[in-house]
Amino acid sequence: MIVAFVSRGPDCCSSATGMKKGYTLGRDDMDMSRMPPLHTVHDDRGAKFTDFGGWEMPVSFDSIREEHAAVRERAGIFDVSHMSEIDVTGPDAIELTQRLTTNDVTRLEPGNSQYACITTDKGIILDDTIVYRLADRDGEPLVRFVPNAGHDQQMYDRWVDHRDEWGLDATVENVTDEWAMFAVQGPEAEGLMTEAADSAAADLSWTEFESFEIAGVRCLVSRTGYTGEDGFEVLCPASDAEPVWSALDCQPCGLGARDTLRTEMGYLLSGQDFDPDEEPRTPLEAKIEFTVALDTDFVGRDAIAAQKDAGVDERFTGLMLEERGVPRHGYEVTDTDGEPIGHLTSGTMSPTLSEPIGLGYLNAGVEAGETVHVRVRGEPKEATVTTPPFITD
Amino acid sequence: MSFDVPEDKRYLESHEWTSTDDETVRVGITDFAQDELGDVVFVELPSVGDTVTAGETFGVVESIKAVSDLYSPVTGEVVAVNEALFDEPELVNDDPFGDGWMLEVDADDPTGHDALLSPDAYAAQIE
Repeated sequence: MIVAFVSRGPDCCSSATGMKKGYTLGRDDMDMSRMPPLHTVHDDRGAKFTDFGGWEMPVSFDSIREEHAAVRERAGIFDVSHMSEIDVTGPDAIELTQRLTTNDVTRLEPGNSQYACITTDKGIILDDTIVYRLADRDGEPLVRFVPNAGHDQQMYDRWVDHRDEWGLDATVENVTDEWAMFAVQGPEAEGLMTEAADSAAADLSWTEFESFEIAGVRCLVSRTGYTGEDGFEVLCPASDAEPVWSALDCQPCGLGARDTLRTEMGYLLSGQDFDPDEEPRTPLEAKIEFTVALDTDFVGRDAIAAQKDAGVDERFTGLMLEERGVPRHGYEVTDTDGEPIGHLTSGTMSPTLSEPIGLGYLNAGVEAGETVHVRVRGEPKEATVTTPPFITD
Repeated sequence: MSFDVPEDKRYLESHEWTSTDDETVRVGITDFAQDELGDVVFVELPSVGDTVTAGETFGVVESIKAVSDLYSPVTGEVVAVNEALFDEPELVNDDPFGDGWMLEVDADDPTGHDALLSPDAYAAQIE
């Protein structure tokens, strides 16, 4: 039995791995991996690890199925310290970030955050990110944005290069290694956070954040997440990560469950559902037009506006397999006559539904409810086009 | 972490096991293999009457996170398939050497089974 982990790119389960003696779950450059601050704590807890964007991260602690169910039914905590953090401050911090992200940063009050894309001048998504407007620092605006794992140097360079090109006055800092990041997700997350932070966590509305003290450690707590459940994401100093992790006591979850949870919701995974090289897509094709403020001036704006006028040829959607099998990244989708109409970028067996689900790009004319075929190892299998999310309250 | 390596089985480096009653050879995947895969959600197996060949793939096992080919330890005709796995693939996790078995093969060369890895040799491999 030779295991081929099915996703590609900087993802929780990347790379082909022979399960021979001395096998590694991850790439050959594992020695160069970056480690989350709590790597040893997770190892002692029995976590399995995998490479994700150059970081050696827990892929599971118990089983993906148990961890997934805990988040849907109770609460789970994820170590997502592989996420990047870039701070931008100074008189032009807002303008610089406004011109490099698709959403409208000027609408953010201190204490609020927004989801946005970072696009090329052709409108192709380089990464997706959360932009936080923090309290002013020394009288100057301060923006922190959180790109995906392994993108910190690239995005730091992008901000610095454009700052210099445009002659703007802003300081850019890559603070990724200074912060640990945890996500506490699930219907019981609010109660857990209220208790651990001795706070009015319930008063935070979605995308708002506040400074809370957890186990004596000052943390930035936002009401955000990537699971479809209520929950919080916590940034705390890397050196004080352990007491914070321990105080938020619930089922530890790895990146495997994070992937199945987000797939059930139809959330995009950077580097897999879009990728500037392997899967170049605009926010319109990726069905996240809500991240795009066309009334602002950002890199890629004109190309996206032109595509909005012309219409997209393909768009991101979902399907459910009607036969035994599992949809996977890279599988071709055809109509029932065998004509190609798209391909999948993600797929799994939904732990919540116990049904095989897939995400990918299909011709814009294909409608929800249509029967299509997914080619699984060359064999056409019947599937029904389904607009995600696959699960609803 | 230690894994079961039953004494009454033989093993492949690629983590399949075999047992034999001198009539047929039964095939499955090991405790180590099921643990590496995690939650098994799909198993694809040949049909009764098909031929399998030693060293070649006979099917596929998929977990939530991984897809893996299955390699046949022996050459011969498939005489039984564990169809319970189609509805309950998690049997591979729960009982890899028992209810999670996959195939029974009428082996062309029943002694081929003895040439596979001993329990000790396989246990050393996964140490």
